[in-house]
Amino acid sequence: MFSDIALILGTTLMYSTPLIFTALGGVISEKSGVVNIGLEGMMTIGAFIGATVGYFTGNPWIALLAAGSAAMVLALFHAIASIHFAADQVISGMAINFLGPGISIFLCRIFFDGTTMSLSIPLDQKIPRPLNGFFAQNSFFDLIFNQYATVYLAFVLMAIIWFVLYKTRLGLRMQAVGEHPKAADSLGISVYKIRYIAVLCSGFLAGIGGASMALSVVSNFRPTLISGQGFIALAAIIFGKWKPQGATLACLLFGGAQAFVIFLGNPQVGVNISSQLLAMIPYILTILILMGFVGRTNAPAAVGVPFEKH
Amino acid sequence: MSSKLKNIFFVLVSILIGFVIAGVILKLGGFDPFEAYKIMFLGIFSKLSYVSYTIIKSTPIILTGLSVAFAFKTGLFNIGAEGQFIIGATATAYAGYFLNLPSYIQIPTILLIGVVAAGLWGGVAGFLKSRFGIHEVISTIMLNWIALYLQNYIVMLPGFRKPESEASFDINASGSITILENWKYSDAGVAFLDLHPLIGDFLRPPFNAGIFIAFLAALIIYYILNKTTMGYQLRAVGFNKHAAEYGGINVRKNMITAMFISGGLAGLAGSLHVMGVSKNIAILAATEGYGFDGIAVALIGGNSPLGCVLSGFLFGGLKYSGAKIQSAMEAPSEIISIMIGIIVFFMAIPKLFKILSELKLKKLSKLSKLQK
Repeated sequence: MFSDIALILGTTLMYSTPLIFTALGGVISEKSGVVNIGLEGMMTIGAFIGATVGYFTGNPWIALLAAGSAAMVLALFHAIASIHFAADQVISGMAINFLGPGISIFLCRIFFDGTTMSLSIPLDQKIPRPLNGFFAQNSFFDLIFNQYATVYLAFVLMAIIWFVLYKTRLGLRMQAVGEHPKAADSLGISVYKIRYIAVLCSGFLAGIGGASMALSVVSNFRPTLISGQGFIALAAIIFGKWKPQGATLACLLFGGAQAFVIFLGNPQVGVNISSQLLAMIPYILTILILMGFVGRTNAPAAVGVPFEKH
Repeated sequence: MSSKLKNIFFVLVSILIGFVIAGVILKLGGFDPFEAYKIMFLGIFSKLSYVSYTIIKSTPIILTGLSVAFAFKTGLFNIGAEGQFIIGATATAYAGYFLNLPSYIQIPTILLIGVVAAGLWGGVAGFLKSRFGIHEVISTIMLNWIALYLQNYIVMLPGFRKPESEASFDINASGSITILENWKYSDAGVAFLDLHPLIGDFLRPPFNAGIFIAFLAALIIYYILNKTTMGYQLRAVGFNKHAAEYGGINVRKNMITAMFISGGLAGLAGSLHVMGVSKNIAILAATEGYGFDGIAVALIGGNSPLGCVLSGFLFGGLKYSGAKIQSAMEAPSEIISIMIGIIVFFMAIPKLFKILSELKLKKLSKLSKLQK
């Protein structure tokens, strides 16, 4: 019983992590006023670059950085379009969602002899588990806390981003730019600069999110690896009311529901419910919970609105 | 230039840029872009069966494009065409297997069942927005996943699942809309098509009535949007929700109506796909992308019904012929996704062209000053 709970909690942490990174990035971007619907595409390129660099260098940390940087390049296009060219941010984000997977699989075929799956990274070259061996194997705490380092990194990042957003000048400026760019501009804050920083950070984090999927949850890239997680992260941002801690909780809910489904799907558990019906639960739950939020939107006032300096 | 002409010019320039940049990427990847584009062009036009396949591939995305475009006109972003497609396909496949009526009743019945089911699925998102203020982007993303698992659940139901497979039974032949399906394999048909190889070539793929229904749908949508009070109200809500409300238009009701129609269109795509091409539904590991392609089709088509038909054909042709460069020269067919991404990206930044043309004007006026 206890080990079942521990197993579910551990799986929750593992599956939430890619979502948390990505959603945190999305929070930053949207706080500054730029909708980032391209998270899915940025995650995908992150997953691909992470898996590929990880495979060729054998160093997961270099792979993680490379993944973040690659997604940041993609984010740069979104940033230029949304900030300098006053683009419809939803359209330019959708463009990223075509480009990310397209470029990833295109390059995958070139690097891996025409296949759409990258070769597996050996176990010892994946992201390490810092607490491995700290607890007795398969004990309660071991099942929960013996996680990949990215899991811990995600929570540390949540704290850092919370601190930066609410306690530093940069964060407060970011919020000002997202709420009322004209007012911020008249106070001498560079709306463009702040938004560039935010969108690029968001790309970097989405890339890390994708890579954490490829370098810890599994050990390679494949076209269906991300399929839809960027959109789930997008939902988590709104669900979490555009707050880093809220978005993280929303991601944990999605991860938890997923872990629960995996647990119940185990034939040894002996629950006789269709796994397909179980798999719907997180999505139905999200809608039900959002229904409880009637009329209480906390979106940054200027999110999605281009700012044009005259 | 009138603004309409300007828009068309702008779309064409974006498409051209897409082809050029994708060509450069192919070149960088070590493939000859001219060879690739030649293979693609011949892969669509050199045989009637290729043309036929292109039409078949274009049909569903013309409709999901129309679906997304219709919602856009009302100011709603329907990311859920994906799920609505699935619901339409599932409902039609289910009804098409368990009902067996004469063709002239069976076809409209199972089609309507698919369209209405998907319309209601879309309507849920409209309702959630109008009643609970849930953004349609979020609700439709959730509904897409729910639809996917629902289809997977229904496929596996005993009595519907084809034993030892991951697919359902085929729909009854009375519900098929594949043109001359029985005749083309009959003795008379085979003899006739041997004598007329061009027609035979065209009919070899599962060519079906779907494309004509898609055209009809585009016409009806054009009519609804531009010639009816309902269309006027829907567009008014899209232009300015508050002004529309002030003008006495029921915004909430219009949101639900818009999502119902939008969902119905995407469902129509799914139903026609089952009735004309796949004949059954199968377990899905991930969504098939018809809805997402529809978003690109709508954007490139400028959200107009005619635009969606044209861009649907462009997109369908690119997707179909893109697969051929893979087999012919081992160039990754994903270049098509990249190309579409680039086209959509440039469509997002009309300001770039404005800036460029202003620069040109400035240069011209400078030149003329110098000449004076």
